[in-house]
Amino acid sequence: MATLSTSNEPFLTRIKESEADKFMQKSVAKAQDAQWEKRPASRKELGHWEDWRNLGEQIRQHVIKYLPDYLEEFSDNVEKRGGHVFFAQTDKDAVAYIKKIAQQKQAHKIVKSKSMVTTEINLDKELLKLPDTSVLETDLAEFILEEDNWDEPTHIVFPTLHKNRDQIRKIFQKLGYKGSNEPGEMAKFARHYLRRSFLEADLGITGCNFAIADQGMINLVTNEGNADLTMAIPDTQVVVMGMERIVPSLKEAEVMDNMLSRSAVGQKLTSYCTFAGPQTADESDGPKDFYVVILDNGRSKALGTDFEPALQCIRCGSCLNVCPVYRHIGGHGYGSIYPGPIGAVLSPILGGYEKFKDLPFACSLNAACTDTCPVKIPLHKLLIKHREVMMDKMKIDHSFNNVLMKGAGVATATPIVFNIALKGGYLGSAPLAKKSKTSVDNFFHYGHIEWAPSLAKGWTDVRSLPRPAKGSENFRSWYKKHQAAKQAQAKEEHDNG
Amino acid sequence: MKVAIFSTCIVDLMFPNIGQAMVEVLERFGCETSFPSKQICCGQPTYNSGYHKETQKVFHNEVDALMSSDADYIVGPAGSCVAMLREYKNLLKDDPQYADKAAAMADKTYEFSQFLYRILGVRDAGAQLDAVATYHRSCHMTRLLRERQAPYELLSNVKDLQVVPLPRAENCCGFGGTFSVKEPQISRQMVDEKVNDILSTKASVLISADPSCLMNIAGRFSRRNEKIKIMHIAEVLNHNVDPARIRFADQPVNV
Repeated sequence: MATLSTSNEPFLTRIKESEADKFMQKSVAKAQDAQWEKRPASRKELGHWEDWRNLGEQIRQHVIKYLPDYLEEFSDNVEKRGGHVFFAQTDKDAVAYIKKIAQQKQAHKIVKSKSMVTTEINLDKELLKLPDTSVLETDLAEFILEEDNWDEPTHIVFPTLHKNRDQIRKIFQKLGYKGSNEPGEMAKFARHYLRRSFLEADLGITGCNFAIADQGMINLVTNEGNADLTMAIPDTQVVVMGMERIVPSLKEAEVMDNMLSRSAVGQKLTSYCTFAGPQTADESDGPKDFYVVILDNGRSKALGTDFEPALQCIRCGSCLNVCPVYRHIGGHGYGSIYPGPIGAVLSPILGGYEKFKDLPFACSLNAACTDTCPVKIPLHKLLIKHREVMMDKMKIDHSFNNVLMKGAGVATATPIVFNIALKGGYLGSAPLAKKSKTSVDNFFHYGHIEWAPSLAKGWTDVRSLPRPAKGSENFRSWYKKHQAAKQAQAKEEHDNG
Repeated sequence: MKVAIFSTCIVDLMFPNIGQAMVEVLERFGCETSFPSKQICCGQPTYNSGYHKETQKVFHNEVDALMSSDADYIVGPAGSCVAMLREYKNLLKDDPQYADKAAAMADKTYEFSQFLYRILGVRDAGAQLDAVATYHRSCHMTRLLRERQAPYELLSNVKDLQVVPLPRAENCCGFGGTFSVKEPQISRQMVDEKVNDILSTKASVLISADPSCLMNIAGRFSRRNEKIKIMHIAEVLNHNVDPARIRFADQPVNV
């Protein structure tokens, strides 16, 4: 259970802990490798993937551009169906409103389906403060986290990616499980355990994959069907959604659902894809009282800025699944419930630079995220943009590195200064250079450096640095001689001819 | 055809052999090369670190330098740096003095293997290398420059060279410019996985079209004392060339 931030430890400590968690690393790598096969295959099956991406981008950009209008349309249509809508400016506003509903309805048994936004506002823990109230997460993975003393999710689609079957078996044994560590058997146990709770629940809380503006309905996609039970059984349902989670109509929802399942899990569609609202006169299931909480919580800060494209996100998690940094540091490394590339973009917007300043730098700009994003968010460019805000506008770096980087700016902009570096690099590096053989001798012609100070230490901490070329043998010197020789040859041919 | 050489700061400082091989191959195919001497760097080190104000001068210097010659094309030996020069079109689009010049520059700038394959139409550069090699497709070359074909095709026609697939080729090697020095703890884990994947191929040569990735991977090989021969694609295509083997796109294979 968490708010946006999942850790108070320094970034470096979190990275070290992630590296020590070999199980987590193996499990993320395995999931990523499997998704590199499944995701492209399921997208290929759809055909014309780039056209779908363009369409997805257009739909999301359009919605964000006219967000106030679509929110109004959606809200009017929910009310026409007899539901209620509450716009929550902050996490506290949202929590207070949902608590009030629980109290009014005298709800004591609350069931929930998976929702990142309820994790963002710390809803479970807040609801548990109400007297005589139980909260049960019914998504299998979230259920495991809850029963493991409310552990943190480490992925937005696969929350327990960091746990293995033996760990899960131990967690279940606390609930009376006596079976093996076989996933099917454990899932059956959880299913039996959860089913009873659905029937007893008096309040259901769900997230929302897409809100359909012209229908006043919400769309949920799951593979377990637990969201459907959460909606169908209790008399009261509360839907919590980020304010950007809207599509104009069912037509656009169809496009987005098609792209979401393929991008998230490499499936053409999830097992359950539900469109629902309050119970109507001719229905026997569904909530009699239907509430939608639309949350801002910092999202509107991105509107009209360079960061607006971040609101296009449909939370498929495919950027996490291709990210080589996430591969090694996992969800825990990011220290945000939104990890990976989208988390590194979104967390500083929602939670501020002070708390999340490290995340935009924890990226090699390899652009795998930008390349896979189904709605074409330029993720790696937004990370560079965050760096610009911090370095150029907020000037947060007062270390010597800052002076060095500015020096690098001068050196790479001024030919005279660069020429000094070119001529002096070899001699200047003499105190550090070693002439001994390396295992890559054909590439490191002029020797190698195994320890360098300051900013370069980051390099030599991990790898050898080739020694710069001799001034007289560098590329420019060679080229000058090469041109002179060619001209001499041409002259000779001319004279002889 | 006149070609201005975009050497890149890393080749200027560290790897003369790469620049040399590129010039020799280009001239073999009849290009008249020139070297605009005021050029320095594409600006990624500072731009990607967030120092955008300081980088404007780097951009301006590079545009002025590379556009100082009357060359038809600008060709460089690094997918990443070339992708950045192409990106100038966007980055300088609101700069009244440089927008047009930057766009004109971007439009005639090519990465070395891309230029051979797409502009000169080379299919077989005539090279020979008796080795088992694997190829690191750099991220910027494939995802930003969107060149996923040229180096593979050209390498596939090098005589006696067997290129074996690199597992998890899609993963970054952990270089990432200043990322490698600012986040060594993460970068190390990335480059280690890359080194392990390369070792798993049993290839004796590692080839790439991006010198910076090669410097990173080579540096880790060296630190781990694992042996490998590192070659830039220009060095491979300049190796033991027999002009009789050279073949262009419009020529059938068996001529």
